Parts: sequence; structure tokens; C-alpha cells
Amino acid sequence: MPKELSRRSFLKGSLVAACATCASQVPLPASAKAKDGQELATLIDIRKCVGCEACVEACREVNDFKYPEPEKPFPKMYPNRVKVADWSDEEGREVRDRLTPYNWLTIQSATVEVDGEETELSFPRRCMHCQNPPCADLCPWGAARKLENGITVIHSDICLGGKKCQVVCPWDIPQRQTGVGLYLDILPSLAGNGVMYKCDRCYNRIAEGEMPACIEECPEDVQIIGPRDEIVAEAHRLAEEEGAYIYGETENGGTNTLYVSPVPFETLNKAISKGPGQPHFDKVEDQMAHADNLAKAMLIAPFAGLAAAVGRVYKVSKKLDDKTGEVL
Amino acid sequence: MTLATTPRVFAEQRFFKPFYFLLLFTMGLTGFGQMPIFKRYYIADIPGLGWLADFYATHYIHYIGAVVLFGFFVYAVVVYFGLMRRQFRLTWAAYVRIALLALISITGIFRVLKNLPDVVFSPMFTMVIDISHLAFMMFFMAFGIIFMISKKGWLDKKLGF
Ligand code: HEM
Ligand code: SF4
Ligand code: SF4
Ligand code: SF4
Repeated sequence: MPKELSRRSFLKGSLVAACATCASQVPLPASAKAKDGQELATLIDIRKCVGCEACVEACREVNDFKYPEPEKPFPKMYPNRVKVADWSDEEGREVRDRLTPYNWLTIQSATVEVDGEETELSFPRRCMHCQNPPCADLCPWGAARKLENGITVIHSDICLGGKKCQVVCPWDIPQRQTGVGLYLDILPSLAGNGVMYKCDRCYNRIAEGEMPACIEECPEDVQIIGPRDEIVAEAHRLAEEEGAYIYGETENGGTNTLYVSPVPFETLNKAISKGPGQPHFDKVEDQMAHADNLAKAMLIAPFAGLAAAVGRVYKVSKKLDDKTGEVL
Repeated sequence: MTLATTPRVFAEQRFFKPFYFLLLFTMGLTGFGQMPIFKRYYIADIPGLGWLADFYATHYIHYIGAVVLFGFFVYAVVVYFGLMRRQFRLTWAAYVRIALLALISITGIFRVLKNLPDVVFSPMFTMVIDISHLAFMMFFMAFGIIFMISKKGWLDKKLGF
């Protein structure tokens, strides 16, 4: 979706597109392409981070133009259990100790024992950029999606703010702002509730050959970015040579963000404050495994149906001489 | 007497209908469960329906339903051609239903493909697939209601039976 596409022109476009489908002119998938192993991943070395928040400031600066500018007053929403999520006032925009629509990166800290010494660790948290992201798979509308280079983005022109991506995200990453986006043009009172925001790994900068701002601005070089195989190999090296622990290699079936820590992640997980906008370090099973397995079952099912039916037809045909009217 | 001239009643005529109805009802319910509406509109608050707001549960059931549906489609086609076609013909209402089911299934398959880890579609394509899956489903439901009221079934008896 081109950035400059306005909501209205988008809406028209999609209706036209939907009608075109009826006329059996389904546009071909523009990039229906298997990944070629070139997904980008980042490695975050918790041991290096000093918690200066330079990355947070850099993120806010370069992504400022993507932030929501909601129209007020917000449309009245029904039923009234639907809550407004508003971070757009001055105070809300300044929040840094959690993820918000205006803060896509937050620094967590944990006081733990490292080699028998009490140490305060800090580390940046943001979207993990899952390899098989539930937020994108389950977005009923196509707003959240994974790019070929492994970045997961939520298109703010398309998102309706239903918050499903946050609910299905194992880390509850995407954050909602009410009063912006496409839902205002559809049924603002009855469906949708704004737009969901999260780290988009500076996809626009990457497309232009630049580094994500948080990586570039970090004085301690806490993060590196590269092809996932290389990042995984480096994490393994650090684990083997320096006894570091890894998070993200297998979490949720594998993410494009790997953390290395001097202490086990269970220990870190116990020591961080968790809650809305403050992600955990739990173990996470592959949330989309069922979909992959059942997709295979969909291939087999027709053969099972065929076998059952052929057996049935054969059996009935053998009863040809039976009485009229009998249920066969 | 041979099969060609003897009217027969097949077990399928009895169990297809409830099975088909239940299956499609499940697909519709869990399909709508893919949109964040059951919680917003208090439906998931009804005791016993909480799972409708669990996106993973409805997704899982929708997928299982699709597996069963694909097996069932093939079964129905083979049994129709193998046993019932001598005695029955499909009504035009059946053709409308079949066409819409095919379109729902095709768009559904694309949706399933998109959810595989290695497949990346453009947002426009994803959206077209999505809206059309929903639109075909709405048409299917509308026609289903019309056909139910006007009692347009799937099969007509052929002359001579
Ligand atoms: C006739 C039966 C079916 C009905 C009534 C039905 C209905 C729906 C509805 C209402 C939705 C939500 C709207 C949307 O996201 O587009 C949906 C989503 C979906 N349907 Fe179906 N559907 C049917 C069959 C299928 C089949 C056969 C498949 C698979 C081959 C399928 C796969 C999907 C998928 C993957 C989604 C999106 C869920 C997600 O990944 O977020 N559906 N369906
Ligand atoms: S800029 Fe680097 S050192 Fe500073 S908080 Fe961010 S990751 Fe840590
Ligand atoms: S961490 Fe959450 S928001 Fe980020 S890609 Fe994974 S599921 Fe999506
Ligand atoms: S990659 Fe870009 S968008 Fe994501 S946290 Fe870093 S600076 Fe922010």
C-alpha cells in the first residue's frame, strides 16, 4: 500500500477491486513469493545496554511523521463497553515507560544477579517481528502484514483498530489510538476503533538502504541487524563462547528479533515489570502451528472423501437387486 | 429390475442435510468470529459462548471445518455422480449454491495460503481475497435464506421416477 494513498481513495480502490473480483479479474498476488532466506533479523545484546534511551528518542524522532493525529471529538461508539484509547494529548505523547501509539520502543530494566553480583540490566523492547506473525495472519482485513524481508507492518491507512492483532500477539505489542483511520469513513460508531501502531522496523529507511534509527543511534552498539541465519549464528557463538542465553530463536516458532542475556530469560522475566505495553519474556509456543498442520490436512481431506465415497458407491451398487424403497 | 429404473432412497438424502447445515453454520459462526465483533456485541458474554471471542479457538475450528468441508464436497460429488444422478437432477438453486461455495472455498484457500509462514501477498491482494470471502459468504447466506423460504432444494426427481 503506497503511503500517500488517502483513506478515501483507498476505500474507493478496494471497492473497485472487490467488484473486479466479481468480474473474475482477480489481481494477481503482487509478491506471492516464497522467502529466499533473506529475512532480516536483529540481535539485541542485553549485556551492552546502558539504558540511556537514545534509541527511544531516535525512534520517536524518525517515526514522528507516522504518528496519529486524531480528529476530535471522537465519534460516539456503541455499545459503550467500547473504550476510547487516547494517547494524543501532550501527556500521553510523552509516555516512554511502556509501548503506546507514540512510543514504539521502551526500555525495560531488571535487577538480577550476574556472576554473584547484583546488577541492573536494561534492554529495549518492541515488536519481535515474528517469522510467522499471528498479528498479520489473523488480521481479518489485510492491514497487518509481513514483508518479504521479514518485517511485520500495520498499514495505518487500512487498519480499523479492532485490536485483534494485539489480542493474538503473544507479547501484546500493537497499541491503539482512537479517532484516526479508515473506520471513520465506514461505520465509526459500530465497527473499528482507530488504528494500531507498533515498531515497523523503520521499513521505509531499510527500503532506502538506511539503518533503523534505534540501531543507528545506540552509543553502545547494542543491536546489530542482518540476514537471520547470520544473526542466529552470532547468537549461538555468544551463547557458546560467552555463556549467554538466547531468546527469540524459537519463540513463537522463531522471531526476527533475538536477545542475548547474561542470565536465563526466566530470571529476567521474573525481574521485569510486566503489564499493558510492557512485554514479558515468557516461553512462547508457535501460535500458528495449528494453521500450518491443518493446511496439510486440507490437502488430504479430499482424498479421504473420495475413498469413503468410492467405497460407498461400490457397496450400494452390489445391492442392486434389493427391494424398491429400501434405504440404501 | 435394475438401478436405472428403480426409485431408491439413499441414506445420504437423510444425513446430508443436517450435516451440511451444521457444518456451514459452524463455518459462518467461526468465520464471523474472525472479526472482533462477538465480544464487542456481548455475544461472547452469553454463558457457553465465551469461546467465540477466542480468536485462536474460532480459527482452529474454522480450519477443521474447512478440512471436513473439503472431504465432504468430494464425497458428495462422487456419490451424486455414482448413485443419485440416474434418479435426480440438480436444481438451478443447487448450481447457485455450488458456485458460491466454490468461490468461498477458493478465496478461503488463498487465505490459508497467506497464513503459511513462507507466503507473502500484497496488501491489496490480501484485502480483495478477504472482502470477497466475506462477500461471497454474505451472498451465500442471502440466497440460502431465499431458497429456504421459497423451498428450493438441491435435487429434483427426474421424469420416470
Ligand atoms: C462455506 C463456508 C465458509 C464460511 C461461511 C466462511 C466464512 C468466513 C467469514 C465470515 C470469515 C471472516 C471474514 C473474513 O476474514 O474474510 C472467514 C474468514 C476466513 N475463512 Fe472462511 N468461510 C467458509 C469457508 C472457508 C474455507 C473452505 C476456508 C479454507 C479453505 C476458509 C478459510 C478462512 C480463513 C483462512 C479466514 C480468515 C481467518 C484468518 O486467518 O484470519 N473459510 N470465513
Ligand atoms: S540506545 Fe542502546 S544503550 Fe541506550 S537504551 Fe537503547 S539500546 Fe540501550
Ligand atoms: S511480536 Fe506481535 S506485533 Fe510483532 S510481529 Fe509478532 S505477533 Fe506481530
Ligand atoms: S526499528 Fe525503527 S520503528 Fe522499530 S523501534 Fe527501532 S527505530 Fe523504532
